[in-house]
Parts: sequence; C-alpha cells; structure tokens
Amino acid sequence: MIAIGAVTAGGAPLSGPISFGDVALSLVLVAVAVVVSRWQRVGLEKDMAVATFRSFAQLVAVGYILDYIFKGHGALTIVAVAVMVGTASLTSAGRARRVPGSKLVAAAAISVATAGTLGVLAALRIVPVSARAIIPLGSMIITAAMNTTSLVMTRLHDDLAASRREVEARLSLAQSSRQAALPWLRASLRSGMIPTIDQTKVVGLVALPGAMTGMILAGASPILAIRLQLVVMYMLLGGNAFAALIAGQLTVRRLFTPSHQLIKSLRRTPG
Amino acid sequence: MTVRFEFRDVRVDGDDGPIVKGFFAVVPAEGLTAIVGPSGAGKTTLLRLLNRLDDPDEGVVLFEGRDVRDYDVLELRRRVQSVGQVPVTFPGTVRDNVGADTPALLERVGLNPALASREADRLSVGEAQRMALARSLALRPDVLALDEPTSALDTSSKGGIERLIRELADSGLTVVMVTHDPRQAELADQVVEVRPLPRPEPGIDDR
Repeated sequence: MIAIGAVTAGGAPLSGPISFGDVALSLVLVAVAVVVSRWQRVGLEKDMAVATFRSFAQLVAVGYILDYIFKGHGALTIVAVAVMVGTASLTSAGRARRVPGSKLVAAAAISVATAGTLGVLAALRIVPVSARAIIPLGSMIITAAMNTTSLVMTRLHDDLAASRREVEARLSLAQSSRQAALPWLRASLRSGMIPTIDQTKVVGLVALPGAMTGMILAGASPILAIRLQLVVMYMLLGGNAFAALIAGQLTVRRLFTPSHQLIKSLRRTPG
Repeated sequence: MTVRFEFRDVRVDGDDGPIVKGFFAVVPAEGLTAIVGPSGAGKTTLLRLLNRLDDPDEGVVLFEGRDVRDYDVLELRRRVQSVGQVPVTFPGTVRDNVGADTPALLERVGLNPALASREADRLSVGEAQRMALARSLALRPDVLALDEPTSALDTSSKGGIERLIRELADSGLTVVMVTHDPRQAELADQVVEVRPLPRPEPGIDDR
C-alpha cells in the first residue's frame, strides 16, 4: 500500500510551511502579468483579477474544508466527492448542451468512472480508504473523466450531425441505431481516450505530473513519488476508459429515437 | 389495384411551420409511381415517411393497410428500401457494401461483376448509384423508394439509371420515385403531385 502523506527524504525540500505572507508576495507575479496585459493592450486585466480572487477564495475554502474533514470528519468524504462529481457533470453537460439529457449522461459517466476506479484501488488495497487518499485521487479522476465525457459527447453529436446522410443510409438498410452509429461511436471513444494514453506515454519525459511534483516538493523521495504517480496514471487510464465507454453508449441512445431514427435536431430538413 | 401505401391527412412540421399539410395520396403496389412537385414542396419529406426516417406530426401513413408505426421498424425498413440523391458508399470494396450475392446483384443493376473487388469510393457517381441499388436489392425488398435518383448524374448515365428503374418496376417491385423533372415523371405508371404550401416568406426552407 502506498503511504500517503508520510515520508521525508534527502535533498532540500521547501524550507518550511508557506505563510499567507508568502502567498501575498507571490502576487508580484500576477502584477507582472497585469503589466504585460496593460502594456500590450491585451485587455485581460479584469479577467486576471477575477481569476486571482476566485482562486484565492476557492482554495482557501477548500483548504479549510479538507482540514476539517481530515481531522476526524472522514464521513464527509462522500459528500465532498459527490459535490465534485456534481460540479464536473454540470460543467461537462454545459459543453455538450446539444445532446438531449446531457446532464444525466455526464453524471452517469463521471460517477461510474469515479466509483469504479476508486473502488478497484480500494478493493485491491492499493490505497487506504481514508479521506486523505480518496479526495485527492477522486478529484484527479473526476477532472479527467469530465474532460473525456465532454469530448465524447460533443464529438459524437457533431460527427453524427456531419455524417447524417451516411448514418441514415445505414438506418435505411435496416441497421439498428447502435449499428448505424458504430463507426462514429468508435471514433469518439478514441478521441476521448487518446489524450490520456499520450500523456501516460510521455510522463516524466515532457512533464513531471502534479502528484509527483507535489510529493517531491513536500520532501518525499522521488522513488516513492513515482510509485504514487504510476498508480495515478494507471488509475486515470482506467477511469477515462470507463467514462468514455459510458458517455459514448448513453449519448448514442440520446441521439436516436426508440424507432431507430436520428433525433429531430439531427435530421436534415428536406425540401 | 392493390394499394401499397396510403397517406391520410398527413402533416409534417419543419422548423418554420408545416412542410406538408393535409396530404392524401395512394401508391399502388404495381409499377412505378412518381412523386412530383417543385423543390421545397416536401417530396423528400413524404418519401422519408415510407421507411420511417421521419414520422408525420399528424395523420397516418399506411403500408399494406396498417400504420407504418405498427410494424417493427427494422423489418419495415428491410422491406421498404430507400436510396438517396447522392449515393453513399461505405468503406471497403463493392463486395463489402453489397454482401454475399454481389456478382449476381451487380449484373442485375447493369454493373460488371468484376467490380466486386473494387474499392467502393473509387466508383464513378453513376456506378455508385447502381451499387447502392444493388445493396438495397440484396435485402430482397418489396418497395424501392428513390429520392431524385439521377440528380447527381450526368446526362449519359441518367438514361441508363432510368431504364434500370423501369426494369425494376416491371420485375414486380413497387418503385416510388421523387423527381422534379416532368420528363422523368413520364416514365411512371402513376404520378402523385405535391403542391407547395403558401409561405409567408419565400425560400425560408432552402437549406
């Protein structure tokens, strides 16, 4: 089992906890960005201010909430994960608004991907069933599943809309909606899963990913950090496959009627 | 006269109001029936009701006396084959498209059986349209519903397809063909005319 949040090791980790004063000092870098935006007349100063303020408020709140949960209120883990899944589902559904019932599709895909992946990790005793493990790992799966779900839903909708002549030719040959949609379903699953696969291929060569960097900054040995990172990558591969599969299957159902017709918004309006 | 299809008081709505409204017509089982009318009158829409790519918003379409919606839709579509204006080829060879009986079917639609191993997307438009007909005939349908089957073809391949359609109708299939070409309508045994609905703004459905 990976020990989460233990360990110190050699090298020079951060020289102590970061204070809110330190955070304030790092605003210097935001100021640089604002100056650049003004100077180049990019017009993003307001956005930057909003982003800076939001990130501060959101993370401070989350920090205190997590601290509260970790200090003996572990039962709230489920609530925290549910809130994350809900927010991710709404975000993903908003991207794919043209898919009828996109909220339900996204909620199903993201929650099953999350529950399934975390369930496997816990059942195999790879990570402990504790708030400190479940919440951060859950957030990683949920984020990845959210992106995959958005991608699969929008890709499938847009591809079927663009290929409706071919789709209807297949339906006319007495194929079921599932058979008729299969080439585009496959393409959407590929597009949903490929980014994670590529990320997994180049991990460490191009980018040192978040979990690993976090552990190293916190003073853990890189050997321990990579183990966590490997689990994270494999978990994301699995989680994304779950999410893509469910999002794809459910989206196909939403884009056809029970009588194996394209839904009205996807049919051409002929003369 | 045996009746194959009957339209009873059919209305189909588009995005900007009805495309067809109060439409009655009968398609006999024998021979070639042409559905004619100016573009935008809803001819294609009516054809799509026959194999339920669309359903009417009001009224019924009867197939052999029963509402098309009472049939298993996949069985209905097997029996009522539709071929569109622009032939659709699926990836792979002609044989992959048409199936087991390819050589015989190619012969029936006037194509050289040697084309069976050709990549389908390398056929000319005229050949592809014949292949699409062969692919439909492979399902042994009772009805062929053709939407402007020669509109994508040049004049020389047009005549050949028209003769083929006539032959298929004479071989006992019910053939329903949408056309805006009055000359082509003369090939038909009966003609169903679709009149355009009066529209507040002309051309609003041209898309």
